[in-house]
Amino acid sequence: MISSTRCLSDLAIGDTACLVDLDGERSFKRRLMELGMLPGTLIRVIRRAEVGGVLELEVRRSRLSLRMGEARGILVHAVAEPEPDPSR
Amino acid sequence: MIKSAPKEAAQKRIRIALAGNPNTGKTTLFNRLTGARAKVGNYPGVTVDRHFGEIQLAHSGRAELQDVPGTYSLSARSAEEQLALCAIAGIPPLERPDLVVVVLDATQLERNLYLALQVIELGLPVLLALNMFDRLEPEQLRIDPKALSKTLGVPAVGLCAQTGLGMSELLSAMDDALVRPESARASAPWLPKGQGIDKDLEAIAKCIPGAWLPQESQAKDQNRKQALALWALLSIDENDELEGIPLDLRQCVLDRRNAATADNRETDKEVIRARYEWIEASAPSFLIESGDAGQSWTDRVDRILLHPALGFGIFLLLMGVVFQSLFTWADPAIGWIESLVGSVGGFVESQLPTGLFSELIVSGVIEGVGSVLVFLPQILLLFFFIGLMEDTGYIARVAFIMDRLMKLLGLHGRAFVPMLSGYACAVPAILGTRTMERRRDRMLTMMVVPLMTCSARLPVYGLLIAALVPPGDNRSFTQGLLMVAMYLFSTVIAFIAAAVLGRTLFKGPNVPLLLEMPPYRRPHFASVLRMMLQKSSVFVREAGTVIMACTIIMWALLSFPRQDQVSEAPPSAVQSEQVAGAESQSGLQLRQSYAGRIGRWMEPTIEPLGFDWKIGIGLIGAFAAREVFVSTLAIVYDLSEDEDENSLALRDKIRNERRSDGSKLYTPLVCLSLMVFFALACQCMSTLAVVKRETNSYRWPAFMFAYMTVLAWVASFIVYQGGKLIGFS
Repeated sequence: MISSTRCLSDLAIGDTACLVDLDGERSFKRRLMELGMLPGTLIRVIRRAEVGGVLELEVRRSRLSLRMGEARGILVHAVAEPEPDPSR
Repeated sequence: MIKSAPKEAAQKRIRIALAGNPNTGKTTLFNRLTGARAKVGNYPGVTVDRHFGEIQLAHSGRAELQDVPGTYSLSARSAEEQLALCAIAGIPPLERPDLVVVVLDATQLERNLYLALQVIELGLPVLLALNMFDRLEPEQLRIDPKALSKTLGVPAVGLCAQTGLGMSELLSAMDDALVRPESARASAPWLPKGQGIDKDLEAIAKCIPGAWLPQESQAKDQNRKQALALWALLSIDENDELEGIPLDLRQCVLDRRNAATADNRETDKEVIRARYEWIEASAPSFLIESGDAGQSWTDRVDRILLHPALGFGIFLLLMGVVFQSLFTWADPAIGWIESLVGSVGGFVESQLPTGLFSELIVSGVIEGVGSVLVFLPQILLLFFFIGLMEDTGYIARVAFIMDRLMKLLGLHGRAFVPMLSGYACAVPAILGTRTMERRRDRMLTMMVVPLMTCSARLPVYGLLIAALVPPGDNRSFTQGLLMVAMYLFSTVIAFIAAAVLGRTLFKGPNVPLLLEMPPYRRPHFASVLRMMLQKSSVFVREAGTVIMACTIIMWALLSFPRQDQVSEAPPSAVQSEQVAGAESQSGLQLRQSYAGRIGRWMEPTIEPLGFDWKIGIGLIGAFAAREVFVSTLAIVYDLSEDEDENSLALRDKIRNERRSDGSKLYTPLVCLSLMVFFALACQCMSTLAVVKRETNSYRWPAFMFAYMTVLAWVASFIVYQGGKLIGFS
């Protein structure tokens, strides 16, 4: 159930994706990986603040926010949502 | 700045370090363990608070507990981040701990274990404190601490720091680990293996300085070398801001990294991945997840608080409350402190024989202490609000909401709270910049915060705006409008200054935003109150000394040389102060003081702004604190000192003041030019003292003073000369 590779910033709210690769400045990339964002990790988009240009993600049960600009450097495979979220 | 603990006779002091990720309740646990016996100091060389306290253990006796700054990893880019490693591994000048307690958020175990693994790698005795254990069931998680302990080879205890659940188990586990340290030491089976990385680490390990090692046994040193080599490989690069890294170590890491890159290897990824893969592979033995992460409550609140329009409105409303309370709630307390200082001064004055000594004590020391203490109410309040925002998790949302505007200005999202606090007073606002981790963000915010219209400018604006309006005319609307215009002016200039400084002097790579959004939690009021008291006491102790010294210097400038030393009048005339009239006496003293001489000396430089030497004296007085301008002018214009800004007499004096050619001095244009000068000039010793303390250098306060003064001069020049050109007077 794996679709083509996309940018993390292109995902919609509620989408789950599998991380493929990271790009960016060393210390930022390192911090992302240390927070558990490694190739193969599942990421879910919780919130997209279009006005503020910030994205909120769920990674390994914790919530992280980053800017759309940096999210463009993160490549993912979109994974089809296994079960629809009843709260939405 | 750290007081060394008293040496206990012939007995080594037991040290325990408390480490953990941010938002794990580490500080709450620290407060619960140490109670009222905690102290706060500063780490050497960097402005990071160092908290330590004492605990009593049944078998090991008294031990010192140190709260290590919260971090997601030991790897570091800056000297501030480097502290975590230094404090945990005991790299000089920091002392080596006998036990490291790693606090973990049990509901986010995988990510929290990443730091724990790094600490275990160092070969120290480690104890895992699984905090928020009570939250596991609602989140459909189960953790078996015994199995976790078996897998990692170090003891683990489940607890809840907020309610105190599991505290006695934690204490006895700490005691055990100290009595039998080998039971809490483990080897690290997760380290990455492979020809490339093995060679890298072997080469780097050779460059690890001996002072960084425990020097206990060959095996332990070898183990530690390996772990520190890993740290160096992950931390050192061309752009890091680490301190105390030997040149050969740095060169070795750079060579190894370059070689790895040429080989198409990513060493960072190899190491981090190895740790996480090990965690993922071993997790099933101690962790059972039976459901999805359930942050439904936090999600519902965030749908409102992070809503593009509503969230922003609520944030502004909250900030309005903070801002208003800094003014209104702190005001009565400031009044009490002022009158208390006044009456203490009066009492001392009545007890001491009249003379230089009494004047030094009253005008120098007591007023100096007073000028520090008046900041306390606002500092306490501001830190109460910041503490609440940090404890509930709201501060991460502030950064989220404000990110775009602040990014445009080159500021950190969290800079908004200090900037706004700057409207009340720059001193607590500068102390509040500590919520930002990066030095560059902190420095930039610090440099522009004093441009915000603080409450000390209000008496000056009040006086000048009143003088602008002709007597009898009660155009309060115009007055109010002028006041609002001054606020807007200062805000716009501060934003421009931030944008300019951020693109020039503090130019750096555009810092990516990476925020953890912790679930909302009930604030722990004891922790908030304690933080508030600690921050304030640090301010009083350290900034206080500098502020007091400056006040004494200002006092000396204003009172020397003594009038009787330069006066040609016979001594008897000088002594009969009551007869001669104290007011003209003090006015004369001021004119002949060093400050007065400087005023006349600097007159040519301020003349293009429309000021004369008497205003110059006021400006020198205002350097101590802006509001002093009013009382200094009162002395200059031969009024008694206690004349306040609302006094009609001073207003009238100002209105009637003439230049030597007989024209009016305080024309509307001069008043405007003067207000612009006050809006932009750095006339506050307390601010400079706090910047000196926070940046640990004289360079930054000097820079701040220089750039703001130049800015003020240029702006006033444009206002006055431009105004004259287009026909105003």
